[in-house]
Amino acid sequence: MNEKKKVFREPLTDNQLLMTITICIFVGMYVLAILILKGGFLHVQQVFDMLNDNASLIIVACGLTIVMITAGIDISVGAVTSLVVMSCVLYLNKGGNIFVSILLALGIGLAFGAVQGFLVSYLDIQPFIVSLAGMFFARGLTTILSVNPQKVEHEGFSKLMDTKIVIPWLGYTAKNGNLVPARLELGVVVALLCVVVIFIVLKFTKLGRGFYAIGGNQTSALMLGINVKRTRFFAYVLCGLLSGISGYVFMMHTGAGNATNAAGMEMNAIAASIIGGTLLTGGVGNVAGTFFGTMTLTTIKKIVVSSGLNDPWWQSITTGGMLCFFILLQSVVLSRRSKKKE
Amino acid sequence: MQEQEHSLLEMRHINKLFPGVKALSDVDFTLRKGEVHALMGENGAGKSTLIKVLTGVYQNDGGEISVDGVKINIRSPQDAQNNGISTVYQEITLCPNLTVAENMFIGREDSFLVAHKNYEKRADKILGELGIPARSTQILGSCSLAVQQMVAIARAVDMKCKVLILDEPTSSLDDKEVKVLFDLMRDLKGRGVGIIFVTHFLEQVYEICDRITVLRNGELVGEYLTEELPQVQLVAKMIGKDLDELSSFEGVEEKHFDDSDIFYEASSLSSSDALPFDFAIHKGEVNGFTGLLGSGRSESVRAIFGADKINGGTVKIKGEPVKITKPIDAMKHGIGYLAEDRKRDGIIADLSVRENIILALQVMKGFFRPISRSEAESFADEYIKVLNIKTASRETPIGSLSGGNQQKVILARWLLTHPDYLILDEPTRGIDVGTKLEIQKLVLKLAEDGVSVTFISSEIEEMLRTCSRLIVMRDRHVVGELKGADLNQTQVMKTIAGGEAANEE
Repeated sequence: MNEKKKVFREPLTDNQLLMTITICIFVGMYVLAILILKGGFLHVQQVFDMLNDNASLIIVACGLTIVMITAGIDISVGAVTSLVVMSCVLYLNKGGNIFVSILLALGIGLAFGAVQGFLVSYLDIQPFIVSLAGMFFARGLTTILSVNPQKVEHEGFSKLMDTKIVIPWLGYTAKNGNLVPARLELGVVVALLCVVVIFIVLKFTKLGRGFYAIGGNQTSALMLGINVKRTRFFAYVLCGLLSGISGYVFMMHTGAGNATNAAGMEMNAIAASIIGGTLLTGGVGNVAGTFFGTMTLTTIKKIVVSSGLNDPWWQSITTGGMLCFFILLQSVVLSRRSKKKE
Repeated sequence: MQEQEHSLLEMRHINKLFPGVKALSDVDFTLRKGEVHALMGENGAGKSTLIKVLTGVYQNDGGEISVDGVKINIRSPQDAQNNGISTVYQEITLCPNLTVAENMFIGREDSFLVAHKNYEKRADKILGELGIPARSTQILGSCSLAVQQMVAIARAVDMKCKVLILDEPTSSLDDKEVKVLFDLMRDLKGRGVGIIFVTHFLEQVYEICDRITVLRNGELVGEYLTEELPQVQLVAKMIGKDLDELSSFEGVEEKHFDDSDIFYEASSLSSSDALPFDFAIHKGEVNGFTGLLGSGRSESVRAIFGADKINGGTVKIKGEPVKITKPIDAMKHGIGYLAEDRKRDGIIADLSVRENIILALQVMKGFFRPISRSEAESFADEYIKVLNIKTASRETPIGSLSGGNQQKVILARWLLTHPDYLILDEPTRGIDVGTKLEIQKLVLKLAEDGVSVTFISSEIEEMLRTCSRLIVMRDRHVVGELKGADLNQTQVMKTIAGGEAANEE
């Protein structure tokens, strides 16, 4: 009997199913891109570039996934990222220490997360409103710090920025015959680390399972003995912390602060989360899915650009279409499943 | 006396006050080891208040609770669980998106990390022991409601609960599932767990319970051994009338109706909440649906009005087959419905008396043909006068009126549509005696004018006073139809209690 039970595999959960769909679509789309557009998509560097450009988006999207699993939302993440970039740039330009600048980034993120988390969990204010206020607040602060774009002029930081992981055997031979090695930025390593850590937190810790429980049914979670308020608070704190990290990674990628940095990033992060299989209603989601969600979103944009549709609106239009398609797909898949159950 | 020593849970002189109401006064409750104890009472009897005091949702305002002879203080649901008191509510209080094992262990893990494998092994062991057909790795939402409920029970058992409270566990289960649940309950009983069973289904009480405690109006009526309390006596105690005291009531004079006079006729009508039933009402007739709470009386009339999702059956109005699937269909065929819960389904508290009165008429006319202000004002004034509604003015928000007057406003709303058939579900609940009488008189007057009325009330006397025919329901089935000489309290109660009890005489 026992032997038999071990062989038995549970059907995919909603969570796994949605993630599998996303991964399949990502792979399918990438293969399509290789077949149709050839060229660039064959190089590993193409994937690395996508990662390099989107490391901070991946981190922010992980934070949003956590909050969305608890059936909340945080739209301040982009603005906080921008504020972190600007503060750190100004601090470094005054001759600050790199280590302290990292602490500054984490501190700003934590502060926003903690205040918003407190308002949402303990004072029971709508998360959308709280983070909307947080967003305006952070954007305003960024502009106060500096209206003009600021470039980092700091020797140590420039070194850090230029440090790249070079993998020669994944490179390609350029037209002039030189070997161009594949390059990966440090930020990507940070982002992947964040994905792995958050994955473990969500899957294997009391806190992580608490997030799912709250998102599944808040009253039940309370009855089951979960400290709902504290758990929800930590979701926002984690999300804020990740915004802080995202800001630092963003700065390592661009090397400059600008009041309009990361504009609309929160919306991209929400889209990435949803494409990755997170439900806005809470209780379902996974950062691995979110990672692939971000990559899917990026691939689409790359394909659009590579097809010669260079105007920015084409990217928005395809992103919008894609999001619609995914949400439809999700609801169709989920409703068919629940019908089957009956 | 000896039994006292074995008592597991003792609640003595429990009092609970809510603003303006004494929800529990001096209630005693005793639960012994390894017994299933039914807690019975009609709506508002204080059952759920007592349960909530015991589970720490409410604080008692007096009295003491002891478990295993040790006096305890219960301040929160957590406290109750720590003292070995677990509750399984009617609505499942588990998380549907987590696995069965997680639902059994979440919220009481000791370490920061969650060892899924370990929990799954332990969960499988308990599920196997209790014979619950679920796998620990299954997502809870993919189990049937009955299994979900059993998982909740398994969680309680694993927490070493001594007292298990089952609050209406069977209301959403089918017969087979109920049987499995009862087997589980008997198993737990054998392990010495004391079970408090709250239900509306009388038959289930007699099937599984050892003892019955009856509450009425927040007071203890008594504790009885199940075999010593016939079903009809139980009903009498719940409703608050002793059988001996019951004298036949002077009913309404009998009216005779021809079959040609039938206004509304339904055959095997069923909805998402009501089992199939047949029903017919004549023009100018007042009939009633009676039965204990949860017997399906409200669900049935809601089906007539199309308020729930209709699943089947045919409906004829004045002999013509019609289709009623939505309230607006019913309204167009001249049916009005006064909902049971006026706060939720009836009034719109922030709108004025005038606006509330014209609401139904406006819906019927369609929103693109507004009723003019002066017209609305004259309608409002007319009905405020006719029904003697006590309000400062027709523009007063309805929320500030007393319950009885709110009810009259809603009545006015339906009268304004000049219905041929009016369904009144508990129109007199929570309103003062004077207004009750006025409403009863109004119902009779409407009937004289040729309106058919279906009247539902928890008070049987009131039904006997107004209705010329009573349809009796039990456990969601129609079990009898009383008219003429049979229309008296004794007969009604016997029919409600049903089966063997009716033969006793």
